Amino acid sequence: MLIRGAADIPSREITDEALYRDRRAFIRRAAGIAAAGLVAPSLLAACDRGRSTAADSPASDDPLTPFEDVTTYNNFYEFGTGKGDPAKHAGSLRVRPWTVTIEGEVGKPGVYDVDELIRLFPPEERVYRLRCVEAWSMVIPWLGFPLGRLLTHVEPTGRARFVEFTTLYDPEQMPGQKRRVLDWPYVEGLRLDEAMHPLAILSVGLYGRMLLPQNGAPIRLVVPWKYGFKSIKSIVRIRLVSRQPVNSWQAATPNEYGFYANVNPAVDHPRWSQKRERRLGEFRHRPTLLFNGYADQVGPLYAGMDLRRNF
Amino acid sequence: MRPSAEVVRRLGKPAVFLAALLPALLLVTDTLRDRLGANPIEAITHRTGWWALSLLLVTLAVTPLRRITGWNGVARYRRMLGLFAFTYATLHFLTYLVLDQFFAWSFIVEDVLERPYITVGFTSFVLLIPLAVTSTRGWIRRLGARWQRLHRLAYVAAAGGVLHFLWLVKADTREPVLFGIALVTLLVLRLRRRARRAAARTSAAPAPASEPVEAAS
Repeated sequence: MLIRGAADIPSREITDEALYRDRRAFIRRAAGIAAAGLVAPSLLAACDRGRSTAADSPASDDPLTPFEDVTTYNNFYEFGTGKGDPAKHAGSLRVRPWTVTIEGEVGKPGVYDVDELIRLFPPEERVYRLRCVEAWSMVIPWLGFPLGRLLTHVEPTGRARFVEFTTLYDPEQMPGQKRRVLDWPYVEGLRLDEAMHPLAILSVGLYGRMLLPQNGAPIRLVVPWKYGFKSIKSIVRIRLVSRQPVNSWQAATPNEYGFYANVNPAVDHPRWSQKRERRLGEFRHRPTLLFNGYADQVGPLYAGMDLRRNF
Repeated sequence: MRPSAEVVRRLGKPAVFLAALLPALLLVTDTLRDRLGANPIEAITHRTGWWALSLLLVTLAVTPLRRITGWNGVARYRRMLGLFAFTYATLHFLTYLVLDQFFAWSFIVEDVLERPYITVGFTSFVLLIPLAVTSTRGWIRRLGARWQRLHRLAYVAAAGGVLHFLWLVKADTREPVLFGIALVTLLVLRLRRRARRAAARTSAAPAPASEPVEAAS
């Protein structure tokens, strides 16, 4: 159990040091693998560079959720609906070669190899809180690059107002898709200004390593101020569109899951409270924060909006 | 009496007792070995709830099983199974009260009043309390024919348990639906028998009063 008091040593001084050493060890190990051509060297170079940006990451005061928990407690229905299913079954996902098709209202549409994206946009470390709509949360050191940089690169047209993301559809690789629990493939969407926000990243790794399949390898979205289901995994298509996309959970249960899905303790899920959350590893609940604690950064995106209606 | 029947008579109850206790023992060992995953409180909540509902349905299956197979001896285990179902339901409730909420009464009251899945789950648990209390020989004798009517509440509690489960899941309703199918099957068996008996009463001359109270044990 974690007991936090006012006199606590700032946990970043402990955790980050441990992570730092872990990461250095990983990079040393991985350098050998990379030499053998198994891992994209650019990701490793990026790991080394990205460290400097972590210090001002918004969640760097919170202790990190252990790697073991981050990689064994997952919602990724493409591999089963139990929390442990993705870690058990996601080994069937082939994460290389992997391409992301970028299309729609863009000046430079194209099919991008994920390793090319990593080369174009060197990942940096971002420590973010992750708040699931089921009222549990984690703190995860992601490796990724701002989604806005990619979008700028492909030159959205004047008609682009939303970004629609799609997960791979392949029931052979994703056995959970053989049952129609959701209307596959999984789809998510952001308003263009949300997608351009510097906190929104495309992640390719966590804890200094490449993403494991259960965490959405090889490339996934991370929007830390929204409920976890917005952060779509294993992306194969990014389409810029003029009309608001219908995301999978909204399609499944429109009265329970909206398009915005911003973390908001004042707007309960129809079946359970969103006022508090259990940070994995802690005993007592924590109060949930508006926009998951990123209100200073993202609040202006929603100025004047009725967040109860646009849930 | 054949020796095998004698063995069943003497060892049947301890065997059923140990079998029904096994999920609790596994839960304890998994907890001690830190094998409940990243969210142990959720794991304990789900497992105790799953076993409460399963054992409640098993208890309700005892009488139809006896009638269909003619294996009268199975009735001896009904009370024990019912009390185990109640025990797991109690553990489930205590997990919520202590481990999950840690006596956060204002949140608990809000949950019970405003969240239908908790309202119905809590109601089912409360309904099981008088059934557990009146499961003794003395209460069966004192209540007479009313005992059986009272204990039909077990069906209401089971239906509430199925709804509780169904309203809790986000999209994958397979498991709660299977529990629901099992419960409806048991209800249909009971209602069909009742309809047949009513038909027999109207067509034939004076029918036997009510069926004998099955004081399991």
